[in-house]
Amino acid sequence: MSDRAVEAPAERLPLRVRLALYDLDGVTLLVLPAVLFVIALFVYPFAYGFVLSFEPKKGAWFANYAKFFSDPFLYDTIEATFRLAIPATLINVLVSIPVALRVRRMRNRRVLTTILVIPITLGTVLIAEGLLNYLGPQGWFNRTLMLFGLGQIRLVHNYTGVMLSLILSGFPFTFLLTLSYLTGIDPSLEQAAATLGAKARARFWTILMPLLAQGLAINLCLSFVQTFSVFPSAVLLGAPAGATRVISIAAYQAAYEQYDSSMASAIAMIMGFCQLFVVVLILAARRFVYRGAAGGGKG
Amino acid sequence: MVIAARDFRELRLDGMSRNFGAVNALTGVTLSVRRGEFIALLGPSGCGKSTALNCLAGLLTVSSGSIWLDKTRIDRLAPEERGFGMVFQNYALFPHMSVRKNIGFGLSMQGLAKAEIARKVNEALAIVRLGDQGYKLPGQLSGGQQQRVAIARAIVIEPPLVLMDEPLSNLDAKLRLEMRAEIRRIHELIGSATIYVTHDQEEALSLADRIVVMRAGEVRQVGTPEDLYSRPAHPDVAEFMGYRNQIGSRAEKSGNLLNVIVGGVSLAGTPVDGAGEGSVVAAIRPDDLKVAAGGPISVRVESSQYHGQDFYCSGRTDDGAELYFRSEKKVTKGDSVRLAADASRVLVYSRAAS
Amino acid sequence: MGPDKSASERLWAIAIWALVIFFILNFTAMIATVLVNSFGTRWFNAWLPASFTTRWYQSAWDEFQLHDVLIVTFEVVGAVVLFSGLLGVPAAYALARRNFPGKQFVILLFLLPMLIPPITFGIPLATVLYQARLGGNMSGVILANLVPTVPFVVLVMIPFIEQIDPRVEAAARVFGAGTGRLFIHILIPLLAPGILAALLLVLVRTIAMFELTFFTAGPGSQTLVVALYYAVYAAGVRAGQSIDAMAVVYMLTTIVWLLIALRFVDPTQIVTRAKREATQL
Repeated sequence: MSDRAVEAPAERLPLRVRLALYDLDGVTLLVLPAVLFVIALFVYPFAYGFVLSFEPKKGAWFANYAKFFSDPFLYDTIEATFRLAIPATLINVLVSIPVALRVRRMRNRRVLTTILVIPITLGTVLIAEGLLNYLGPQGWFNRTLMLFGLGQIRLVHNYTGVMLSLILSGFPFTFLLTLSYLTGIDPSLEQAAATLGAKARARFWTILMPLLAQGLAINLCLSFVQTFSVFPSAVLLGAPAGATRVISIAAYQAAYEQYDSSMASAIAMIMGFCQLFVVVLILAARRFVYRGAAGGGKG
Repeated sequence: MVIAARDFRELRLDGMSRNFGAVNALTGVTLSVRRGEFIALLGPSGCGKSTALNCLAGLLTVSSGSIWLDKTRIDRLAPEERGFGMVFQNYALFPHMSVRKNIGFGLSMQGLAKAEIARKVNEALAIVRLGDQGYKLPGQLSGGQQQRVAIARAIVIEPPLVLMDEPLSNLDAKLRLEMRAEIRRIHELIGSATIYVTHDQEEALSLADRIVVMRAGEVRQVGTPEDLYSRPAHPDVAEFMGYRNQIGSRAEKSGNLLNVIVGGVSLAGTPVDGAGEGSVVAAIRPDDLKVAAGGPISVRVESSQYHGQDFYCSGRTDDGAELYFRSEKKVTKGDSVRLAADASRVLVYSRAAS
Repeated sequence: MGPDKSASERLWAIAIWALVIFFILNFTAMIATVLVNSFGTRWFNAWLPASFTTRWYQSAWDEFQLHDVLIVTFEVVGAVVLFSGLLGVPAAYALARRNFPGKQFVILLFLLPMLIPPITFGIPLATVLYQARLGGNMSGVILANLVPTVPFVVLVMIPFIEQIDPRVEAAARVFGAGTGRLFIHILIPLLAPGILAALLLVLVRTIAMFELTFFTAGPGSQTLVVALYYAVYAAGVRAGQSIDAMAVVYMLTTIVWLLIALRFVDPTQIVTRAKREATQL
């Protein structure tokens, strides 16, 4: 224990200055209204819904969840939703890769990207209405098939219709996202790989895919979360009482047809949990792949 | 020695041209490179040197002309089929692979056995003196170390030709000098031909066996460093090689020499490439324009920068021309000094030739 | 890169382009169907309607009270744009310029409403709004729609603000401008293009935002997209052509604003801007 030199106590800095050292001043307060807003209208309802789901109209605290998992009419919705969301997500994300690879070489991408933004802007309701017309038994699509002697296909009020609408509204989104990740990869990396003898296939698997993996994971998460929440197209274009009875329909019915907001919250929680589960799964898988920057060094 | 360059006799560029739409980036480049030669492509930005390198690598297609490696025509081959090593300006190291994996990439593309790859990678690491960094990721290395990995990656595949695209431009001055020596050492060790792109004439002079000076897509002169330093073939090449003083004048014959007017006085100069009487350009290096008490040219000093050994100065002659010269003794703005230049160090070019 | 592509590479390229064209073709045909049908008198068993008329537009206008619906839509959208700007831009400024403890947490807080789909938080949100007597009318709809848009504006504006040299602001402060005047005289003018872009994107997204409005709207506060949904839902009762006429009105509304937005913004930003922030998670 050595002697410590006696120091005169330092001057107490005024509170304002001390806070400013932590970047806390008047300007920081500007973030408060928005933060309070999000807490009040997002975090609080979520927490409220969570608590509410454990306060059922009748029965024990877990009655809502018990009811959900004991009634096939209810718990089958999880399977129905997964049956739509997983293929749709996989198709949308995986197909976006080769398309984005092609398109990134184009010099005049703007036209193509503008066209592809239109489905996203129009939204799922309009796409559902449009497909009801277009894919109907007398619609142009079936007529063209009949012209080629391929017969008619049932494309509306069933699983297929909803799947097609998920692809139509989801693909532009995943494509644009993949494209932006792809163009973020330093082109000199592929050039270097080529000079070292890597053919196109090898370049794709050894260079592009590992560097894209990070972005793909994000893409899969966002896409899955969106497709899992499918609602208007499942009702309008699908078979809401049958094959495409998705979990959002169950939640809606509980809230607005049975006026059981506790049950509705429980279903919303289950829905959120399913989405979280898959997202965590995808993000955990990232650990096996490279996670850093996609540049090739200094300069 | 495990790593040694593959043998070839001659790499020949025959009228290689490349245009981007209406812009001619390269026009009719013709050059012959022998095994083991170190060639520098030297020129200002936009002169086409990087374009030429990319055409050689196969990253750009040749618009017309051809490239031959001995008897094989290679300009139609994809880059992965040419087998040349390339060091990129920004190194282009694969960020998701360790140093060893980066270096061994070309070898694994060739399908070599793991043990063989490991052996060669070890040797390459030893050559570039990075033996203990093998398991790090590129992001964990300094600029100079990344540079070495890029070089190791290019030489380990034992290419007949190594292409380098301004590899030192992103390094600080001290590191650049160190790496210059390293590059020359490695080149001699491996024995491959190297084509090195740079805009720095000092680099080119110190590294190359032969220098190719380019401007606006054309080859202006090909020669050894000594040739280019003392006998640049055109005024623009001279300017690039440091002949900062370029004075337009009319010349008169005087025996084997030409008399030109500089600063209002007559100065004897050596004609280049058959320059004769008439309109000419006289080129003089600042270090050849010496301060001499009895010198013919009179200038008023305008600026003077201390450089340790001497002063880099500029001055204006009586007829308004600006001249750059060196002085061993200190001079200040406003001083009057007299300059002289040896006739053999005043190069006179005919105007038409530029 | 490199010379002549092999045959298999060319085939692959053709296949991909065929896929893209097929996608775009079908999508365009789908829109065309709606358009054509809205102008057709009767359309059974043929490639085109029997003849053309514009009466369905008049009928849709009356049936669906489009006049009122459009007014509601623009009121909602206008309010959402205004308030998301007022709340979002200052917050973005604070986040761009200050590195306070808890900043990461705040950014996460703003990311969540954008990543979690509207249905998942929409039902609990609607419940709370109804409890607070705000459900079923305009205020409820506006508040609900603000939940994803305020964070959107924040996340879109942060990069714009970071682009402004902080020394410009320092100069303003040295010459006596407080935060308020700094905003009015320096920041807003410099940020105008960014704010415009962000707000236009909010506008386009809110017009198309279905779920949140659906859960919180009452009879007098439905936006166009919700009214369209109900029309299609009860399609057995109404004539398909007038529904399609309404759909065309909806399409025009969104497309017009989309085209205006595209004059200021790269199409990809509508999608990727804020989602890129997610990669930092």
